[in-house]
Amino acid sequence: MELDFGPAVRDFRDELRDWLAEHLVGEFAEHRGVGGPTDGAAWEVRLAWDRELAAGNWLGVGWPREYGGRGLGLLEEIVFEYEYARANAPYRATGNALDLLGPMLLAMGSEAQKKRFLPPILSVEELWGQGFSEPGAGSDLASVRTRAERADGGMRAERDDGGTSFGGTSRPTGVESGGEWVVSGQKVWTSFGIHADWLYVLTRTDPDSRRHKGLTMLLVPADQPGVEIRPIRNLAGQDEFAEVFLSDARTDADMVVGEIGQGWRTAMATLGIERGTTLLPQQLTFEREAESLIGLARERGALDDPMLRRRIVDAWISVRIMRTTNLRTIAELTAGRTPGPQATTAKLYASTRHQQLGHLAMELAGPAGQIVGEDYGLDTRQRSFLLSLAETIYGGSSEIQRNIIGEQVLGLPKEPRP
Amino acid sequence: MDLTFSEEQDELRKVVRSFLTRHATEADVRRLAADPSGYDPAVWQRMATEIGLQGLAVPEKYGGSGFGYVDLGVVFEETGRALLCAPYFASVALAAEILLRCDDETARGDLLPGIASGETVATLALTEENGRWDESGITLNAHDGAGGWRLTGVKTYVLDGHLADLLLVAARTPSGVSLFAVEAQAPGLVRTPLPTLDQTRKQARVEFTNTAARLLGPEGAAWPGLERTLATASVLLAAEQVGGAATALDAAVEHARIREQYGRPIGSFQGIKHKCADMLVEIESARSAAYGGLWALDTGDEAEIAISAALAQAFCSEAFTRVAGDNIQVHGGIGFTWEHPAHLYLKRAKSSEVLLGTPSYHRELLATRLGI
Repeated sequence: MELDFGPAVRDFRDELRDWLAEHLVGEFAEHRGVGGPTDGAAWEVRLAWDRELAAGNWLGVGWPREYGGRGLGLLEEIVFEYEYARANAPYRATGNALDLLGPMLLAMGSEAQKKRFLPPILSVEELWGQGFSEPGAGSDLASVRTRAERADGGMRAERDDGGTSFGGTSRPTGVESGGEWVVSGQKVWTSFGIHADWLYVLTRTDPDSRRHKGLTMLLVPADQPGVEIRPIRNLAGQDEFAEVFLSDARTDADMVVGEIGQGWRTAMATLGIERGTTLLPQQLTFEREAESLIGLARERGALDDPMLRRRIVDAWISVRIMRTTNLRTIAELTAGRTPGPQATTAKLYASTRHQQLGHLAMELAGPAGQIVGEDYGLDTRQRSFLLSLAETIYGGSSEIQRNIIGEQVLGLPKEPRP
Repeated sequence: MDLTFSEEQDELRKVVRSFLTRHATEADVRRLAADPSGYDPAVWQRMATEIGLQGLAVPEKYGGSGFGYVDLGVVFEETGRALLCAPYFASVALAAEILLRCDDETARGDLLPGIASGETVATLALTEENGRWDESGITLNAHDGAGGWRLTGVKTYVLDGHLADLLLVAARTPSGVSLFAVEAQAPGLVRTPLPTLDQTRKQARVEFTNTAARLLGPEGAAWPGLERTLATASVLLAAEQVGGAATALDAAVEHARIREQYGRPIGSFQGIKHKCADMLVEIESARSAAYGGLWALDTGDEAEIAISAALAQAFCSEAFTRVAGDNIQVHGGIGFTWEHPAHLYLKRAKSSEVLLGTPSYHRELLATRLGI
């Protein structure tokens, strides 16, 4: 499949292809296909690869030039992701900041925040971790309990109604310069958290508030006495995510993204950032896995088994449907249309079907697929199978996805909530 | 790259939907389902004259409007939504298509304008008692007798075969599979309507006894055109199935929003809500399968068309059946009654599932075409 958006984009594509052919060599080439949103394998090599990309000015293709990006459009971003996946380059270690924090700052950050934080993301000088989930707030982010208070009590004086209490509907105004936030609480499932220099943290700044009210998004430096980051080992044996303990951690008053008390909006904007471009490389990976699965089946003579044959064809159908679904979304985005329901259903379909693919691959591999390398060293197939179990959990579990589809797309009544 | 609909296609959809909302109501569907002829000639004429639906994708030189398959797919999605009772699939997706695919310019010039204008209702007679859709399933005998070609044998499960003015018949000569045209009035032609499980889609048994027929294209060379026709029809049927599934989901959602149990709408319970969500995932995935096929028909090469078509039929058939079944489930007991329309969709889904070969058959076609 070729993505073709006309001559200008074609030039961009060719430039990128040439660059990848020239730079994706040596150790980088040996790590082709390594990594994924939850895969901590070969971290150092991947980080070096990200720096190589940064040197070539390939990170932030769609970000404004003034912040170190290329200032190009959605089409180029799509082509970049596609060609990148086509070359099977290692999964970017800095994906979190590039895909979530960066777009969040571009959309809701202050000018000072953009100038301060965006360039070091693109030059891979600062790594970021997300501090949303908590032990008591996984899918239900409105249950966030990590508290942030102004050290100088300054926030109380900022209310536009002149009041000092926290209840009611009046909104706090913007942020004053000077002063600090003091943050305490526990975050968990912070992807690649042990490498983070900074954290973007959803906090409760109004202690009397409930649910999604009274939350604030804060940028918090990780390198300070009040921040302790401990790795959590995932089921593939990797230290890919972490738990973060915040004990009177400090950050400057102007590190609020969006407005004080409006952290829910900021968080939702982050989570709602268009995934059409990120689903594309994922689906190319799935296509590769499906091809490898067919190869394996052929080797094992499994294509003659009608039951297996049927499942193999279904696996192929699944990845082809994922591709077409993504293309539909991209076509709508590039035509300036609002993507249809498929943009919402795609994640549920892809994560479910990818797991089936993994199970089938393991079955075809047979007993040999049960043997791992030294130090629980996994091959691509084993790693992909195990890590696919996270895909129906992260980014909103499948159960949450079904609620979103039911309520937001189909308009079904909400569950009664206490 | 353009896997989205243009404003013109959106407009076409609106026009067709609005027409069908008026002329293919549930009452119309039930009336025509019970009627042996199975369609309303007045509505059929208006489809042709008011919107030009029969000739939409027929090239202009044969009296059509020359639109593409994506446009035609939009129409089939809408006829599927409405469960339109008419020989539209037979005439447009099968008969017009095989004429376009057979190597016979004269026949195209003679026969296509009538189909495009809606004056001729046509169909393709391919399946026999063996119920097969592959080349070797075609055994009906054609022989070059006195005064031209004659057919002897039986075709069955022929869509709208009892009412078509023109039958395009796949038959076997000593040189192989060949295509013939047979007029409805031809002596030696006996057509018997078959009572069908899905009453919205009529079928007939057609018996030929030394029946005069016109050879279309070179003798023995018809199979590639027939195979391509079946691929096109598979994609158009997939679009129709997507439309039918979408209506079934609409009905389920509407019911789940209104129907209360235990003091709250049943759609607020995850058991129902998640079922509806899964129905939508199924439909959007089926949409991708069908649209990918339509897109291939307009822009792809033959290999891509063959693959997309088999995929579309394998996937959309099962998707429609599953969603239609889930719709009955969401409706509870009422969904199990004759009075409620839910069963009409289930039955249409089931008849569509086997209309051009079963999902298993299409999976195997796909596997073969992929070299798996």
